[in-house]
Amino acid sequence: MKYQVDERGYYGNFGGAYIPELLFKNIETLKDNYLKIIESDSFQKEYKRLLQQYVGRPTPLYPAKRLSEKYNTNIFLKREDLTHTGAHKINNTIGQILIAKALGKTRIIAETGAGQHGVATATVCALMGMECVVYMGKIDVERQMPNVRKMQMLGAKVEPVISGSMTLKDATNEAIRDWINNAENTFYIIGSVVGPHPYPDMVARLQSVISEEIKVQLKELTGKDKPDYIIACVGGGSNAAGAYYHFVEDESVKLISVEAAGHGVDSGESAATTVLGKVGVIHSSKTLLMQTDDGQIIEPYSISAGLDYPGIGPFHAHLFETKRATVLNATDKEALTAAFMLTKLEGIIPALESSHALAALEKIKFQKDDVVVVSLSGRGDKDMETYLKYIDTYK
Amino acid sequence: MNRINALFQKKKKDILSIYFTAGHPKLNQTAVIIKELEASGVDLIEVGMPFSDPVADGLVIQQSSAKALENGMTVNLLFEQLESIRKEVSIPLILMGYYNPIMQYGVERFIEKCSNIGIDGVIIPDLPLFEYKLHYKEIFDKHNIKCIFLVGPDTTDERVREIDNSSDSFIYVVSSSATTGIKTGFSDSQISYFARIAAFKLKNPILIGFGISDNSTYSKACEYANGAIIGSAFVKAVSADPNVHTSVTKFISAIKGK
Ligand SMILES: Cc1ncc(COP(=O)(O)O)c(C=O)c1O
Repeated sequence: MKYQVDERGYYGNFGGAYIPELLFKNIETLKDNYLKIIESDSFQKEYKRLLQQYVGRPTPLYPAKRLSEKYNTNIFLKREDLTHTGAHKINNTIGQILIAKALGKTRIIAETGAGQHGVATATVCALMGMECVVYMGKIDVERQMPNVRKMQMLGAKVEPVISGSMTLKDATNEAIRDWINNAENTFYIIGSVVGPHPYPDMVARLQSVISEEIKVQLKELTGKDKPDYIIACVGGGSNAAGAYYHFVEDESVKLISVEAAGHGVDSGESAATTVLGKVGVIHSSKTLLMQTDDGQIIEPYSISAGLDYPGIGPFHAHLFETKRATVLNATDKEALTAAFMLTKLEGIIPALESSHALAALEKIKFQKDDVVVVSLSGRGDKDMETYLKYIDTYK
Repeated sequence: MNRINALFQKKKKDILSIYFTAGHPKLNQTAVIIKELEASGVDLIEVGMPFSDPVADGLVIQQSSAKALENGMTVNLLFEQLESIRKEVSIPLILMGYYNPIMQYGVERFIEKCSNIGIDGVIIPDLPLFEYKLHYKEIFDKHNIKCIFLVGPDTTDERVREIDNSSDSFIYVVSSSATTGIKTGFSDSQISYFARIAAFKLKNPILIGFGISDNSTYSKACEYANGAIIGSAFVKAVSADPNVHTSVTKFISAIKGK
């Protein structure tokens, strides 16, 4: 098990829990209990029931015929866009809220960038009747208003964050501060495979249902046990971690992680962490992150709010360092091109984040008989304003 | 002897430690603030190294850090400003900052530099005890730089003892489960927590910090500990009054109730 987290909470050189003392007990309790809870019959039963009856799982593995013809290979789309709330994020929030309840917590907090994780958290809080506060950078509040409204209708309190650069990293800081101030009753539902151990492992396990389903569905559709490629976008890396999970130890499956290059990796406006980042500590985890020489964290840029994060999860830093995964990147333009292409060829409007994964299809030379799985992590509803702005350029 | 140890050896009560953010409100006042604090009778100084993402801090220190970075403060510049500080003051000096900037500077290089300049201790709120013991304790010990750890209301008895055993300076007792900031008064549960910590009779002296802002909270903290640490309230005071001499003198005498 080369790619799993170790006892100390590390993936190779990355991970750990660089937390202030005031969070120690809380994290320790979670660390001591999350596996027991996740593996318990009662959790498994309820989690699976909700994934099936509420989220709409399993999501289809769709053989994309016209897309396959274009790239002269065999492309399958894992349709996380068809879940309730429209992205893979809900797999995680359903799981974490059940863990929160098992730990006796009564109040939920979350951070959000694009609002997808915020909506997924507000949704499960409504479902469970729990108090919910979502931290969101003021700039993101302004540019993702439909999701803000959704969260509010779902009963969550959306707290605009005015510190720092007023985007996802600052929302995460503010959620951590809330947690420090309310450690007793509050559970922090983190939205990706980031944060202190055991979050990266916990979130990866909760997202692993994606690859569990891919395995079964691929067998049914092709007779094969595994794909040749899995392609996923990486913001923090939760949809990628979920899509890779059951294949990561099998080195014959090529893992392609796609970061957001923004206006280009050399433009100064990018979120391509493995290219631009160095080892450091962000949000309590030792990983690759974009920072100045002086160790101040840099605000990244991407057209996609969900990929606009200056770090990547420690699992992905490890896959990158060990060369287990190939990390590519896609610019705003390449992602937009891919989004319009998918819409035209398959009648599916993807989320901007997922469009980055689709853009990587242009960059790989496939064989005719390759089996390629792309994680379609979310749907494009939330991005319609952006898409409409560019429709004349790309259609 | 390390100046922190020397201080606690000769003074057991009413120790006053003041935190300020280097580079705030003006970039080049670090040495001036230190000198004024010493002259005003403070016992210990924590010089804050600003960080872009200070998760353990409330609004006042967040804003002072942002301002300091905007002014151009860096670890290198701070060391330059402190280069000859030992020619001017003899008060124990502690650097306080988040782990990432120190990691980028290089922990060993950082500690060496501290030792050369005459810094006595370092507080890194997001460096876990476990990582410290595994990777850095030897380096700190070799250069006689003290690493100061925090305990909070939720820190278990067992862990308080472990922290005490791993420390050789003082224990920073965080007054409540909260980020830094200004609060008024202590609740009964805070008082009983202070009493619980005091009853441990730890081998290290203890200072209570977070939420101490005036003479009454300072005096109360001193009843249960060897002294107290003030951060946000002082940062606020120096930003309100551009004259360092008057702002420091006024603030410290108000705290001491003189
Ligand atoms: C649809 C979608 N895909 C991907 C991401 C990126 O997150 P992660 O890398 O954790 O999957 C987001 C984040 O908001 C998202 O909404």
